[in-house]
Amino acid sequence: MSVIQAKNLDLTFQTNDGPVHALKDVSLEIGKGEFVSFIGPSGCGKTTFLRTMAALENPTGGSITVNGMSADEARRNRAYGYVFQAAGLYPWRTIEKNIKLPLEIMGFDRAEQERRVRDVLQLVDLEGFGKKYPWQLSGGMQQRASIARALAFDADILLMDEPFGALDEIVRDHLNEQLLKLWARTTKTIAFVTHSIPEAVYLSTKIVVMSPRPGRISDVIESDLPTERPLDIRDTPEFLEIAHRVRDGLRAGHAYDD
Amino acid sequence: MTALTNPAPRRTLLAHLFASLRGALPVVVVVAALLGLWLAAVAPMNFRLALDAAMRGGEDVTPATPDEQGETGLVRLMIDNPGVIPAAYAFERPRLPRPQDVVVEMYENTIGLARGCEFTGWGAGREHWTGLSEGCLRVVNNRRSLLFHAWQTLAPTLLGFAIGTGLGILLAVGIVHNRTMDLSVMPWAIASQTIPILAIAPMVIVVLNAVGVQGLLPKSLISSYLSFFPVVVGMVKGLRSPRGMELDLMRTYSASGAQVFWKLRLPASLPYLFASLKIGIAAALVGTIVAELPTGARFGLGARLLSGSYYGQTVQIWAALLMAALCAAVLVWLIGAVERRVLDRMGLAR
Repeated sequence: MSVIQAKNLDLTFQTNDGPVHALKDVSLEIGKGEFVSFIGPSGCGKTTFLRTMAALENPTGGSITVNGMSADEARRNRAYGYVFQAAGLYPWRTIEKNIKLPLEIMGFDRAEQERRVRDVLQLVDLEGFGKKYPWQLSGGMQQRASIARALAFDADILLMDEPFGALDEIVRDHLNEQLLKLWARTTKTIAFVTHSIPEAVYLSTKIVVMSPRPGRISDVIESDLPTERPLDIRDTPEFLEIAHRVRDGLRAGHAYDD
Repeated sequence: MTALTNPAPRRTLLAHLFASLRGALPVVVVVAALLGLWLAAVAPMNFRLALDAAMRGGEDVTPATPDEQGETGLVRLMIDNPGVIPAAYAFERPRLPRPQDVVVEMYENTIGLARGCEFTGWGAGREHWTGLSEGCLRVVNNRRSLLFHAWQTLAPTLLGFAIGTGLGILLAVGIVHNRTMDLSVMPWAIASQTIPILAIAPMVIVVLNAVGVQGLLPKSLISSYLSFFPVVVGMVKGLRSPRGMELDLMRTYSASGAQVFWKLRLPASLPYLFASLKIGIAAALVGTIVAELPTGARFGLGARLLSGSYYGQTVQIWAALLMAALCAAVLVWLIGAVERRVLDRMGLAR
């Protein structure tokens, strides 16, 4: 059963320098419980594709369904949690209050809000930081808080737009590991945009390689790595083989002028 | 001995004192420089008056006749008649009073008004609530008291500021949420500020008087007319300050417009609002004083300025000006204090 289904998706932005084809003829199915990474150079439309799933952008052609309904209906039904590139916590709210933000908006009662905040803080390993303000936390902790915020209302789908892009390698490894564990525990469907090959291979069950001008899908790689993935799986031949295929896909789609 | 056994507190106290002195030093230097400039300006400003008085007093001055004096430059006159310079500092009604004259005037018209002031103890009844004798209250309830006049100006200022702030916030909310208002209100708000307030103040007073509105309100309306504008500008900027991502986040939650307003736009706008409020309250005070000028107000700092200029009482004008400046400083400081408290509680103060 597919959770997200895109058929011949087109998206053209009208800019002052003429039209920009952000997405061209993009078709993809994402099944329930999959972890799908989108990788490609900047300008390949991976973020735009994710935003289209979230109904933050409207496609100019083709169709997209989320949970069997239109993307906008899915948004109004709060079908997904979205994690942005920057943590984007509201600075005037404590971590706890930031996580409560979607819960307040969606009308959860007080006790339920408290319970959920406690649960997700534990899930992202931030117990004891609930009363802190965002600026009192490190970048990695802020990003974890923003993931907790996306998890709090327990949507089945998690859309993540380069959530660890701004973090250093060590923090990133740690968060990748935590994210995998979290995914295994919650059986959510995750769409994850990245430009790191190891990150994509390490996390995903399916890797979508995209290429720019116009943004399109150049390869879809099913990963047969085991579900249980310690960090050192990245040194195994199976891992390197998939990484190699991703690299080839990226190179093939990347039309350098030289 | 104590210093040997326990030197630390003394040293920190000294260091503390030294630090605060160093912190105050630039302020002291600037104030001293301004006072020096003021004092230096007194001589040339009053010199012709002094020369006139000296001549009438039978002293020899060069040149000898008023006509010739009129044609001679001020600097030349001062060089030729150095003996008259001290007299320029000793006028009853100078063009420019000495700073100490103004300070004395302020003292005499505030604390100096007290007669037989003593603590009588609190008792029952309205007249005893301060616990002070009748003579003390002259400081505030006497018609000569600058504090009395300051309050006559402050009360409409505060009311006008409240009206202006409320109106400014409402307009800003409308501008941000309604495209028609965005296009139509802002040009009018800007145009309103280009009209000289001095020109419309009498009309406002007359029109309101004709419909029976008197007292605080007319002055307040003029003061709100000046104070709403910075609030509108700051608040519009503040309400629009949330960036794309912060708004997108609200969209992913499918939040209603009201929720976006209360949970994102309004809190995000508060730092901008406070900056505007500081400008707004100073503008409100100016508005009230200006409203008092052309309308023949009998009480208030503006009325003091006006009567001072009628009777050539420059000292009275300066004292009223200084009192107005003090009021503005206190009001701005108060808003700053509220700002620090609020932003600190919101976690926005670093």
